[in-house]
Amino acid sequence: MNAPVPLALTEAAVMPAVRTTCPYCGVGCGVLASPDGAGGAAVAGDPEHPANRGRLCSKGSALGETLGLSTRLLTPMLRVDGALEVASWDAALGAIADAFRRTIEAHGPDAVAIYLSGQLLTEDYYAANKLAKGFLGTANVDTNSRLCMASSVAGHKRAFGSDTVPGVYADLDEADLVVLTGSNAAWCHPVLFRRLEAARARRGTKLVVIDPRRTATAEEADLFLPVAPGMDSVLFAGLLVHLADIGALDDAYVAAHTSGLNAALAGARALAPDLATVAARTGVPAADVARFYALFTATERTVTCYSQGVNQSAQGTDKVGAIINCHLATGRIGRPGMGPFSLTGQPNAMGGREVGGLANQLAAHMGFSPAEVDRVRRFWGAPNMATREGLKAVDMMAAVADGRIKALWVLGTNPAVSLPRADGVRAALSRLDFLAISDNVRANDTLACRPHVLLPALAWGEKDGTVTNSERRISRQRAFLDPPGEAQPDWWAMAQLGRRLGHDAAFGWCSAAEVFREHAALSAFENAGSRDFDIGGLAGLDDEAFDRMAPQQWPVVGPALGPALGPVRAPGEGGEKRFFAEGGFFTPDRRARFIVPADPAPAAGTDAAYPLRLNTGRIRDQWHTMTRTGLSPRLGGHLPAPFVEMHPEDARALGIAAGDLVRLTSPHGTAVLEARPGEGPRRGEVFAPIHWSGSTAAEARVNALIAGATDPFSGQPESKATPVRAEKLALAYRGFLLAREALAPPHAAWWARVALEGGEGWLIADEAGPLAWRTRMAARFGALELSEFLDAEGGIYRAAAYDGEGRLAALLSIGPADRAPDWAAVKELLTVGGLDAAGRRAALAGRRAGAASSCGALVCSCFGVPADPIRALIASEPAADVARIGAVLKAGTNCGSCVPELKRLIASAPLPV
Amino acid sequence: MSTSLLREKVVIVGNGMAAAKFCEELTALAPDRFGLTVIGAEPHLAYNRVLLSSLLAGEVGADDLVLKDAGWWAARGIELKLGTPVAAVDTDARQVRLADGSALGYGKLVLATGSSAIRLPLPGMDLPGVLTFRDMADVGALLAAARPGLRAIVIGGGLLGLEAATGLAGAGAETAIIHLADRLMERQLDARAGALLRQAVEARGIAVHLDASTQAIEGDGRVEGLRLADGRLLPADLVVVACGVRANADLARAAGIGCHRGILVDDGLATDAADVFALGECAEHRGQVYGLVEPAYEQARVLARRLAGAGGAYAGSVLATNLKVSGVHVFSAGDFLGAEGTQEMVLADPGLGLYRRLVLRSDGRATRLVGAVLFGDTADGLFYLDLMRSGRDIGPERAALAFGRAYVAPDLSTQSLPEAA
Repeated sequence: MNAPVPLALTEAAVMPAVRTTCPYCGVGCGVLASPDGAGGAAVAGDPEHPANRGRLCSKGSALGETLGLSTRLLTPMLRVDGALEVASWDAALGAIADAFRRTIEAHGPDAVAIYLSGQLLTEDYYAANKLAKGFLGTANVDTNSRLCMASSVAGHKRAFGSDTVPGVYADLDEADLVVLTGSNAAWCHPVLFRRLEAARARRGTKLVVIDPRRTATAEEADLFLPVAPGMDSVLFAGLLVHLADIGALDDAYVAAHTSGLNAALAGARALAPDLATVAARTGVPAADVARFYALFTATERTVTCYSQGVNQSAQGTDKVGAIINCHLATGRIGRPGMGPFSLTGQPNAMGGREVGGLANQLAAHMGFSPAEVDRVRRFWGAPNMATREGLKAVDMMAAVADGRIKALWVLGTNPAVSLPRADGVRAALSRLDFLAISDNVRANDTLACRPHVLLPALAWGEKDGTVTNSERRISRQRAFLDPPGEAQPDWWAMAQLGRRLGHDAAFGWCSAAEVFREHAALSAFENAGSRDFDIGGLAGLDDEAFDRMAPQQWPVVGPALGPALGPVRAPGEGGEKRFFAEGGFFTPDRRARFIVPADPAPAAGTDAAYPLRLNTGRIRDQWHTMTRTGLSPRLGGHLPAPFVEMHPEDARALGIAAGDLVRLTSPHGTAVLEARPGEGPRRGEVFAPIHWSGSTAAEARVNALIAGATDPFSGQPESKATPVRAEKLALAYRGFLLAREALAPPHAAWWARVALEGGEGWLIADEAGPLAWRTRMAARFGALELSEFLDAEGGIYRAAAYDGEGRLAALLSIGPADRAPDWAAVKELLTVGGLDAAGRRAALAGRRAGAASSCGALVCSCFGVPADPIRALIASEPAADVARIGAVLKAGTNCGSCVPELKRLIASAPLPV
Repeated sequence: MSTSLLREKVVIVGNGMAAAKFCEELTALAPDRFGLTVIGAEPHLAYNRVLLSSLLAGEVGADDLVLKDAGWWAARGIELKLGTPVAAVDTDARQVRLADGSALGYGKLVLATGSSAIRLPLPGMDLPGVLTFRDMADVGALLAAARPGLRAIVIGGGLLGLEAATGLAGAGAETAIIHLADRLMERQLDARAGALLRQAVEARGIAVHLDASTQAIEGDGRVEGLRLADGRLLPADLVVVACGVRANADLARAAGIGCHRGILVDDGLATDAADVFALGECAEHRGQVYGLVEPAYEQARVLARRLAGAGGAYAGSVLATNLKVSGVHVFSAGDFLGAEGTQEMVLADPGLGLYRRLVLRSDGRATRLVGAVLFGDTADGLFYLDLMRSGRDIGPERAALAFGRAYVAPDLSTQSLPEAA
């Protein structure tokens, strides 16, 4: 076995904490994991990691709660006679090799594809990319990063000639103005946002937030511009026009290092000739647009951060271009406190880009020019080089659907949930001739698509390799737990397949370090400063040095492997490496190119049938399809049910009140979500989070509604502007089921599953009332001791099931929809032992005697502080501020991502009489 | 203090709980106005009849049953004539004649003669070894007879029968209950509570025969067995008849006072004879003869207030049973079985032997509690009784109501409660 050698358990228990990297967003925070010797670990922020200096957000802080093996896939599985059976690695890999070989022989290499994930380590990415593009002979290798930041990649390449993030996180410390556009960083990149908040407190950095939705980030802004969906390019085109008109361009930089300004300016003038036009098209008041332009003009140290709000658009690449235009035109790039800055969504989207694990890249920041294909062929010794771009994610799934792709291997992602038209993707995957899936969970929506082979992957804490964060910083993810069952690294599985296909020499790696060295060597191979990505200086690390490798930014040019990259700025005080302050772009003429954005418009317009526009995104405490964060009780407490945020006036017009179930319908799918009327979305727009799947809710697969119109440059689908309609779904009864043991979904028209301490909870809505639920409860828990409360005419049925030790095994509560029962006060009963008579009565009553019926929704996930004690503190101390709440209740003192919510609670407190 | 000659003479016939409560109320309201005389057939100070089963079970002593000690009566100037039954009442002469031949004049006469245990008209009922369970003397006889190994049969699965059976079983007797109905305490409990009670009773080693009718008591010179209607003979050394009580109205009836099942009284507790009143288990008010202590106490309060000139009327009692039987607390009140148009809520935890059923009636504007049966935990019984009596709208607290006073909103739960009875 070639898996990395884990620390022996006895050793681990006394070993110092292991330095590793958080597996969630692109901030790439350092984590100190202290294994408990029993399969778990205590987790803390690594004070020495430059990305976070010891801080962790709510998700990172809860990593320890996600380490159990209860949901894990621990052995290979093989479909035999229609059913999945436990199989050996040998048999499972043999089945993949046979299927790929047969498919390629019969239909050519482009009939096979590999679909990867920004969650994979760089070494996994490298092995998969090499196997497909050099040995299977197809570039049908794409990744869920396509859904996340492909438009940033395309935008970088168009403007810079390379996929280069010019800036570093320290720029946020040193800027005087930070513009966040299409980024809810307060929730999605919380540690970076806290860093920005610290800088604001220290130096008064101004914050401008551009977003169609008033997010938690927007609430913190000095200036919030609620831009109409897709109209960011107009706003930035108008900014370029403004900068030119008042003579604020950096003529010297433009002249020395760029080309195409005049055409870009003409294009910008066509889009945004004057302030009035900008205000009209963006929906932002002219005075606010003018304030933004004046701030930008006056502030040299300006960083513009952008994220999915910019990228997930049918004109995402143009938006990126419009932003970069403004920074190139003012020469504000690659210098401290300045630059355009793409915040990546995933922990290793950047690593995937470096490897080239995308269908429109070859490898190591090289494309498909004959010279590049030849170079990589020689480096790999590859017999079957792919010579042209493969199919990007959305097209790949279209090819799966229409049969052009017949054999697919999916690793570490859940495309049946996350891709546009997810219901269609699910159906297409289920019809594949051959589907192999590497994952570390046993069940998710993709695993339900009739796969032929399942391979057990390592999870965070078991994997060993590298990831790269948004500021080009390569960090080690280190193992601190034994590999469970028969789980293996993904790179190992890829290598095994390569060998089975006859390529022993090319896939002879014995460790992640070997893969990394080859990757590093390729980056430097015949580079000589021609490519931005060069980590040749790391190609010679021995195993021990790789193991010890400290977080570091690329490029890391090796003296033996090539000359130093000329344009790279010398390491500053913090050792940061920036690009392009002195030009040196990676275009043929080494000049950056201004781009001319097309006239923006969302891919589909609203009409009478679909009058609302659906925006999607992440929430503070969940990650992707919740296969991991969904295991954490703390993280489930903030927003436990799938929801749709809508403007109160839209809700009123549709007769929808807070908490009602709402069916959203697009031409491609439907979702049933809880209504949260609020001032977040603009009128006519709704927002729904992407996290829920068929495994966590009855009908909340929000990406099923998304049409999937793609950006012409990046192939990234538009996920934030889908025409939909909303209607109230009136189900007579609501309730919940708590259970100590994992259960199959309850028989209910609507449900959502939530991890709770000591078990799990199910939110329920149904047409069937108390008597039907009484029958179901008896059928499900009849073997246990039941206590019950039945008020048939009142629409109430509650039942508690007790195990042999008198512990609460399950608790059901069903009531009329307009008085939905709440589990806040009883969920803790899953964590305690046998209940006495008073406890058993309280369980059915839904609360403790004399207590109010609830303690409110969780506000601070890190310390588990719900709303009620915070409200009580504010009521007793009207002068209490966020700091005081932190001092008394600890809320908001760790990751700080609930601080906007704390401020809202303070603001909404009734004035003392 | 004025002399007793100037006080109006009030004679109370009966020395039970109703009489004692009446004396307490009246002397509190009008300490010096009346001269009170209590005439009792039993030779004891008034005692708490509810505790007879505890006495039988040996949980309390006879002294613990005494409601008010001799000093209490003396301090209030109340004359006690105990162990002297009344022979007759002469309403024309406004006097009562005692069994010892003496006579006593009255200004106001209060009849509180209580009730007596029914003896069934069956063969063998007069055999030695056939007892009732109604007063201190019965308890004495039972205690004298009870011993380990004694075979005892109690006829009647109502409250008294269950208490007698529990006491006998506690004293070591092999005890069985013969009950005519299909469940125990059918007038106080619904089917589910009755079944739970049966389990609790059986758990004490008491055999329970339901739907069982007694044909005869058999024995040669003393009880040897009980013959059931189905022909079975159950061997027995002792038979306790606890089939109910009958109001002691004979005295009033003989005096020409209007009687039906009991002595008929109006809302002022007045009989049809001038200045003659009746209260407690001997009285029949609006067709209802109450067999429980609490209505008697309510009546005593009303009558005391009226005699003291404070007015008031008795409008009947919401029937409530609130007791501990066979070691289990049970409570029932009102229309606990439900009827056309009522709704019910049931809270049950069989594992803990807990059960409660609340019966509601809703008229579209308000929802009211009209009945309740509680088994195992009756702490909320009086709370529910109060809600039944007040007729308050429980609609807003409907979902919490079954869980008890501690779970409902303060405005509903802090209602003034009647004095514990």
